[in-house]
Amino acid sequence: MILLQSLNSSRDFLPILLMFIVAAGFVSFVMVVTQWLGPKHKSKVKADSFECGIEQIGNARSPFSIKYFLVAILFVLFDVEVIFMYPWAVNFKSLGAIGMFEMFTFIAFLLIGFFYILKKGALKWD
Amino acid sequence: MLSSFLIIKFLLAIAVFAISLGVAAYATYGERKVAAFMQDRIGPDRAGPFGLLQPIADGVKMFMKEDFVPANSNKFLFVLGPSIAMTTALMTAVVVPWASPVNGVALQVTDINIGLLYVFGVVSIGVYGIMIGGWASNNKYSLLGALRASSQMISYEIAMGLSLISIVMITGTMSLGKIVEQQSLGYWNVFLQPLAFLIFLICSFAETNRAPFDLPECETELVGGYHTEYSSMKLGFYLFSEYVNMFNSGAIMASLFFGGYNLPFASYFAQMVGQNWILSLIQFLFFFGKILFFIFLFMWVRWTLPRFRYDQLMTLGWKILLPLSILNIVATGIFMYMSGQIQ
Amino acid sequence: MISQYLFYFLSFVSVMSALMVVFSKNPVYSVLFLILTFFSIAGHYFLLNAQFLGMVHIIVYAGAIMVLFLYVIMMLNLNKEDEPGTTTMSKIAATISGGILMLVLVAATRSVHGMESPVADSSQIGSIENLGKVLFAENGFLLPFEISSILFLASMVGAVFLSKKEIR
Repeated sequence: MILLQSLNSSRDFLPILLMFIVAAGFVSFVMVVTQWLGPKHKSKVKADSFECGIEQIGNARSPFSIKYFLVAILFVLFDVEVIFMYPWAVNFKSLGAIGMFEMFTFIAFLLIGFFYILKKGALKWD
Repeated sequence: MLSSFLIIKFLLAIAVFAISLGVAAYATYGERKVAAFMQDRIGPDRAGPFGLLQPIADGVKMFMKEDFVPANSNKFLFVLGPSIAMTTALMTAVVVPWASPVNGVALQVTDINIGLLYVFGVVSIGVYGIMIGGWASNNKYSLLGALRASSQMISYEIAMGLSLISIVMITGTMSLGKIVEQQSLGYWNVFLQPLAFLIFLICSFAETNRAPFDLPECETELVGGYHTEYSSMKLGFYLFSEYVNMFNSGAIMASLFFGGYNLPFASYFAQMVGQNWILSLIQFLFFFGKILFFIFLFMWVRWTLPRFRYDQLMTLGWKILLPLSILNIVATGIFMYMSGQIQ
Repeated sequence: MISQYLFYFLSFVSVMSALMVVFSKNPVYSVLFLILTFFSIAGHYFLLNAQFLGMVHIIVYAGAIMVLFLYVIMMLNLNKEDEPGTTTMSKIAATISGGILMLVLVAATRSVHGMESPVADSSQIGSIENLGKVLFAENGFLLPFEISSILFLASMVGAVFLSKKEIR
């Protein structure tokens, strides 16, 4: 509760909230208005999914290639590693040579993983 | 105190919102004019002088079209998808500094100390707009388009994040306001980090789903991609958020690499007109010019280059841009160490 | 004042959306509510002046891990007809394991008391500069940091190994 009273540096984040209110307000307003305006003609054939003129077989709730999934996993891993580098980069000048070699070790491990991925052909789309 | 702060910020937020929408609206007109120019045509010229009222006509048309929801789609998510896409697109510009302060009021909605991370965060949330919209349509083309778009965006996010690290290394801050201020001394970051700029430029093309990375919506194989089933203003939001994002990435690139609102010979100008609102106005116009140049660059590339194949796109993102940006970080580190810039 | 209202609002949102994660029938809705939960927790971080942590929470959890979750859920067949039924046994097992987890959490929160902020003026404590200085200092978290990179390596190998096996 002590912490809650000091909103000094977090005060900078309040305008983001304001911007969100403006943007979300505009978007929801337009979404409501666009449903009012415009004609409404309903028919069963029209309400079907678009399939380039042929009849629909099944629906789109079907499994897809595991490649996309693998890309997402690798994205999560690399994303976290990138996040780790930001606090280092901000303090790069004051951390000195030791800080630099710390991060280079980290990057070396990252590159080992990266080359393993390449070697295994995990990112090969054929 | 707090209320006056909030009122000023609220007005600034509305101004940024209006500018983003206005520029995006006229970017659609600009796109058609540029395309016409490249293909030796005239382009839109019916609505108003030189067709200048065309964006308004387009907007009215979008509103008056039937707002159609397919029968077997997920109704709520179908509306949520374009809403997220548009909201996130409008949220980016809050951290951009528009000009130097006037009467002590910063012309920037907010200067948070992690501005770059904020941009990164908004971009990563933007993926949902496309994923949810594509999935909710319950259409095979939409699903494939959404998958392609989201996996393209997350792949290029990595290289984008890595390319910005070298900028943070040389500036020592993540606030866009401070990064722009540092460049007022003359050295624009693009001269110090040309490779980082190039990587960031390519990534911003991919993040905005613009050509040559417009596979998610390529008409020839996926009909319309993730927005196949959309109509009316929902489709309008998807198309429009692309233009707002173009404006945003132009603004981010201009402030990170091209000195933001700084003019060449900035100190000379400042002496001539003094540190007042005229200087701020000139800076704002100059910054705007830079952004418009980047928007033009986006269009120029779109009407010049052919589309990538999907495996080429993934190869470029993961196997070329990612190692290159890591190399750039290491090279920057070693160079700064050699030149004695670090303790 | 305003921070107190924000605190209550954010707490309400996080608890409600966390409940909705559990109670939603549609797994995609669950994921979306989980994203909302992460956002409200990030809001708590901002209130505690931990801006970097809050933003990282949004980027990593809401922006990256949830994309992965959404992929997994979109990959499943979500048609009504081939929804696997839950047996009574699995319901009982779920209740017991959930109850045990709750017991642990309640016990853990009960043992926490008298938490005080280590620094009185803490408006800059969570800034990225301070965090970096602590994380990368010579007597800081150097070893855990380097070990985490090995953890990343292991998870990369694991991910590639699993998906490769699936393809063959």
